[in-house]
Amino acid sequence: MNAFRLSADPFDTGVLRAGLADPGSGGYAAFEGWVRDHNEGRRVTRLEYEAFAPLALREGERIIAEARERFGLSGALCVHRIGALALGEIAVWVGAAAPHRDEAFRGCRYIIDEVKHRLPIWKKEHYEDGDSGWVNCERCAAAPALGGHEHAGHRHGAPSAPGPLKQA
Amino acid sequence: MTAPLHGLLLTGGRSRRMQRDKAALEYGGQTQLARAMALLEPLVARSFVSVRADQLDERQRTGYACIVDALPDLGPIGGIHAALHAHPHAAWLVLACDLPFLDAATLQQLIAGRDPQRVASAFRSSHDGKPEPLCAIYEPASRALVDARIAAGRLCPRDFLASADAALLELRNPRALDNINTGEEYHTARQRLEAAAPAGGASAPRAARTLQVQYFALLREQAGRSAETVSSRARDARELYEELRARHGLGLEPAQLRVAVNEDFADWSRPLDEGDSVAFLPPVAGG
Repeated sequence: MNAFRLSADPFDTGVLRAGLADPGSGGYAAFEGWVRDHNEGRRVTRLEYEAFAPLALREGERIIAEARERFGLSGALCVHRIGALALGEIAVWVGAAAPHRDEAFRGCRYIIDEVKHRLPIWKKEHYEDGDSGWVNCERCAAAPALGGHEHAGHRHGAPSAPGPLKQA
Repeated sequence: MTAPLHGLLLTGGRSRRMQRDKAALEYGGQTQLARAMALLEPLVARSFVSVRADQLDERQRTGYACIVDALPDLGPIGGIHAALHAHPHAAWLVLACDLPFLDAATLQQLIAGRDPQRVASAFRSSHDGKPEPLCAIYEPASRALVDARIAAGRLCPRDFLASADAALLELRNPRALDNINTGEEYHTARQRLEAAAPAGGASAPRAARTLQVQYFALLREQAGRSAETVSSRARDARELYEELRARHGLGLEPAQLRVAVNEDFADWSRPLDEGDSVAFLPPVAGG
């Protein structure tokens, strides 16, 4: 079973969590990214995610392999939605299990941060006023002289377990 | 955030020892100005020729975008100063116009080794170990330091880089930055270059290749398609993007994108082969 997956449909996080169950693991941390109703002062009504699937799957597996290696995780999974999503839906889910809680928290955090920065996945927001825009792209196109690949992205969602999460 | 990279060819020098405009010297029937701009253009978002105010209407410079020295007679640092002020958000790959042996691989090495967190990135001279200031990348943060050096009357760009927090790279091709100061050196260089590249040499036209191109997100919308098959003579991914950017009016600069070849991330300088699939990736926003 692949450790990183793309899903066009909602998925059952309980099944994913059960897939990480392991008698050698003393800690498990999960993160859910949720579709939020606002971004940068605008009311968001729905989202679309687009992925370059072959590369997203390849890079996603690399990220999870790095997290397992770096934090000694006993297991890790990540699922990212693609297609149209409604408010409140889970856009991305990460689960990490490890012998101890610190590795689980840190491994989980590493995976979500790398997923946001590295995977070829794009988010189009649809706004209440009927307008829409690709997150992180529109400002580039408007002001190319200021562009760079890294932008101050926004974050959404909440950890489903309390953790040592620093502000990005 | 990494600043977009622009190119600047310095041609405002007085060439006192040569007593001829070095940019106008020809190698294999092409002026050094045209040769250097052809090397720069595929590697940067925009490229410019740095000129003195009295050079603006010279025939061979027309056709290239120019940046005129704001402060006259300061030498190379004056050209760098004008560029940093004309486009303060850009980083500048600055080139002297007396480097006939400069090759694309050396520029690609500089770009790959660039450290945008430093004031500048430059090669260590293969002659004296000091920074080479006239084949170097100057980040936007260098502007205030250049201003201060000029205000203090310290105009030597090599001293500036030696005192600044510049990233220094080892030249893979130790002769790439050999420069030309005298008529005799020009004669020797020309013989060497023309012997190495008879009958067109590196500039001979290459065959077109059939490539599969994919566009995503904003680029897909701007191109009006998610994929296409193109026939292109582009040598690498960067040239291909520039070609397609012009054809489809794409609004993003290469510095804002990543490129994938055959479904994995690749360098912009990756040579393209028949049948390769190339994907241009706008800034991502997963999660």
